[in-house]
Amino acid sequence: MLKVSKLKKVYDGGVQALENVSFEVPKGQFLAVIGLSGSGKSTLLRCINRLIEPTEGKIIFDGEDVTAASEDELRHIRRKIGMVFQHFNLVQRSSVLTNVLAGRLGYVNPVWSLFNRFPASDLEKAMRELDRVGIADKAKYRADELSGGQQQRVGIARAMMQEPHLVLADEPVASLDPVLAHSIMQYLEKINKEDGVTVLCSLHFLDLVHRYADRVIALNQGQLVFDGLPQEINDEKFKEIYGRDAERVG
Amino acid sequence: MKNLRQIGKSALLGVAVLIALVIYAYGFKVTKVNLDETRSPRRQEQLVRILRALARPDLVTYDQEEYVVNAPVHVPCPAGGYEAPAPNTDEPYMIVTPACVEPGGTVVVKGFNFNPGTTGPLSFIPPSEVSLRMGNIQVGADGTFEIEAKVPKRESDENQYVRAITRKQVGGPKISQTAVDTWDKIVETVFLALLATTIGLLFAVPLSFFAARNLMKDVNSPLTVVALNLLAIPIGLYLGGRLAGWIGGLSQGIDSIVIMLLTVILGPVIAYFGLRWALPQEELTTPTLQTRVIRILGLAAVVFVAIFSLYMLSALAMRIGDALEIALGAAGFLGTFLADLGDILGMALAVITAFVGAGVLSGLAGRLGKFLVRGVQARTAKIVMIALAIISGAAIFILIMMGINWLYQFNKPELIYYWPGVLGALGGLFLGVRMKPRDPFPIGMVIYNLARTIFNALRSIEALIMVIVFVVWVGIGPFAGVLALSLHTVAALAKLYSEQVESILVGPLEAVTATGANRLQTIIYAVIPQIIPPYISFTMYRWDINVRMSTIIGFAGGGGIGFLLIQNINLLNYRAASAQMLAIALVVASMDYLSSALRERTV
Ligand SMILES: Nc1ncnc2c1ncn2[C@@H]1O[C@H](COP(=O)(O)OP(=O)(O)OP(=O)(O)O)[C@@H](O)[C@H]1O
Ligand SMILES: [Mg+2]
Repeated sequence: MLKVSKLKKVYDGGVQALENVSFEVPKGQFLAVIGLSGSGKSTLLRCINRLIEPTEGKIIFDGEDVTAASEDELRHIRRKIGMVFQHFNLVQRSSVLTNVLAGRLGYVNPVWSLFNRFPASDLEKAMRELDRVGIADKAKYRADELSGGQQQRVGIARAMMQEPHLVLADEPVASLDPVLAHSIMQYLEKINKEDGVTVLCSLHFLDLVHRYADRVIALNQGQLVFDGLPQEINDEKFKEIYGRDAERVG
Repeated sequence: MKNLRQIGKSALLGVAVLIALVIYAYGFKVTKVNLDETRSPRRQEQLVRILRALARPDLVTYDQEEYVVNAPVHVPCPAGGYEAPAPNTDEPYMIVTPACVEPGGTVVVKGFNFNPGTTGPLSFIPPSEVSLRMGNIQVGADGTFEIEAKVPKRESDENQYVRAITRKQVGGPKISQTAVDTWDKIVETVFLALLATTIGLLFAVPLSFFAARNLMKDVNSPLTVVALNLLAIPIGLYLGGRLAGWIGGLSQGIDSIVIMLLTVILGPVIAYFGLRWALPQEELTTPTLQTRVIRILGLAAVVFVAIFSLYMLSALAMRIGDALEIALGAAGFLGTFLADLGDILGMALAVITAFVGAGVLSGLAGRLGKFLVRGVQARTAKIVMIALAIISGAAIFILIMMGINWLYQFNKPELIYYWPGVLGALGGLFLGVRMKPRDPFPIGMVIYNLARTIFNALRSIEALIMVIVFVVWVGIGPFAGVLALSLHTVAALAKLYSEQVESILVGPLEAVTATGANRLQTIIYAVIPQIIPPYISFTMYRWDINVRMSTIIGFAGGGGIGFLLIQNINLLNYRAASAQMLAIALVVASMDYLSSALRERTV
């Protein structure tokens, strides 16, 4: 359902963040993206919904060419791709409910959403999604009144409002403690297993990869250096991904 | 070696000091520093007088009671001499010795029982009752005075008088006329600032987004679309203006209040349901061409109904306002306000409709442009792009020259049409040849730079200078001040605001964009919630500045308290001027306090 071929990204300053990255993701897979800090994980995920404009290469999502899409087509593609961020990226001063409803912006008529008017069905859906991540009682709170774990759950609810076919999660648990990390990962797992949503998730900890991912790809300095099952990452592969001097923890 | 370098350094320092000295010496010369003037006794006396006047602001007056005391005197001495009758010693009285004197002689006047500390004139009153000044009396603490004075050369057989008039303040202090005028004007000043801030705010908020780099840098579209828009927007503005004129004309034909009321009530209802029908809230499939055409027609009808009812509302407000103005008497200004609001709505409608026209045509141009970029063969797309770039380049240059010609009136066709047309076409050709049809043209940055330049230029012109232009336009008075201050506020606030937009967190922006929201939705959901607190605080800060500005804008004819102040200064009426300065200080200080207190609360 997602096919990335020969993707290349060179930033304005000349930094080559991605180089000739190609891989394919079948529907319903939980794919982990690993690699050192600065290896290009965030860049890769953001190229897929063109938050970052790829320099070269092709991305096909659900049979549509993302890289060649016009602005209108791009909006239709984006609304089917949910995104979850390391720093949650909620609008701090807005209510939790408004943050979740923002997930519908790609669907609703822009004119009505300018006046903050959403269809009743969207409101119900928002409450259902909040209920699903266990914070329905916080709907009226301001986003900055929530703890980190709760904010990330709002982020997941927002992504789920899009009824996505694909969820891009960029280090969704990197700013949470280990216990919370597992609970957030379990929500992603639920989305993946129950709703059949394809998940592309960049992760820092290998134990999380082993526990949740169906498959792993690894980046090193913008190049794809590994593509396989989590259990295939042996010591040698590990050194290839993380460098000769890396020590395995956890 | 080391020494040499140090010497060099010292020499350099010496030269720098020398240059600084010359600069300051020249500064003294051109600013005409003159220490002799500051020491001259005449100037110092003036200074003291002004300072004393300033220290006694003309705020209160007292009712005064005059005490008139007469003492008879004979000029010259009659044959048998003259003995003054014994005065009534219960009241203030005077004794003149001698009681008769030759013309031009000297008498001693003693007063008793006067109010201690009072002063007043001492006059000689001949039978004709004209008073001839003899001197000034100054009553001591014991209620007495004594003065030696010359009697004028007025001879008469009759009794003549020496008259002392002293004044005494009676009753409590009263507010002086100056204080009343000052109060009136300071109220005017505060409201002047309020209006200017409000108007500035209304315009600056939307404009600030155009001057925010982070929002505008991603705005780009193919050259074909940009060129089409350049042509479509002026035409749209013109057509919209015509449409407004036509609907306005239609609405003026209606005179019945009942129909007006009905339209004002029913119009919005129809428009709302029309909108609900024409713009479904959520749509998963693309509608067929037929439904889209029907919907667009429906939307056009809604727009017509909306504009028409707004014109009716404007007419109704003016009608009711005029009636209220007469009916309400003292509160008639409320009626005037309503009528003015109606008038403003009428004027704004023409502008809004013109913008709607521009928006519609630009939307159509965008559609057409996208088709011309993506829907046709590459060669055709390229040729169309070059052609459009040439046409729109020429059109833009000609429009600009027409504007310049309007200012300078050189009226030479080759300067207005041919040269700019050719230059613009060449520019368009250059761009068109260099770009590929699908290449993004950074129109956002062009708008950004344009907006920045305009704001900076406007901001650098002081409101005090702008007001001169507005005084010529709308006459001397607070309205000219409001307009000048508003214009300055728009530029200043738009700049401050846009800097706030530039410093928002990108995370939420990214997240909302990722949901498939369009640019306007992103601004509403990710930008605006972030900028509300700084916008409030900057508006308050600006209101504070506007109060200061409005206190002096009257110097140039812009109304407010400055007008009064400059008048009083010119009339050398320093005690009144002092009252106004005091009022300004009080208002500015309390605004300062208020706005910082409010800002603390919101941020
Ligand atoms: N906006 C940008 N402009 C220029 N260079 C950038 C930009 N964003 C990222 N880079 C560079 O691109 C490379 C890849 O960055 P990226 O953020 O994708 O890495 P990452 O794997 O997500 O790292 P981390 O684990 O720290 O989040 C880095 O060298 C980074 O410095
Ligand atoms: Mg990253």
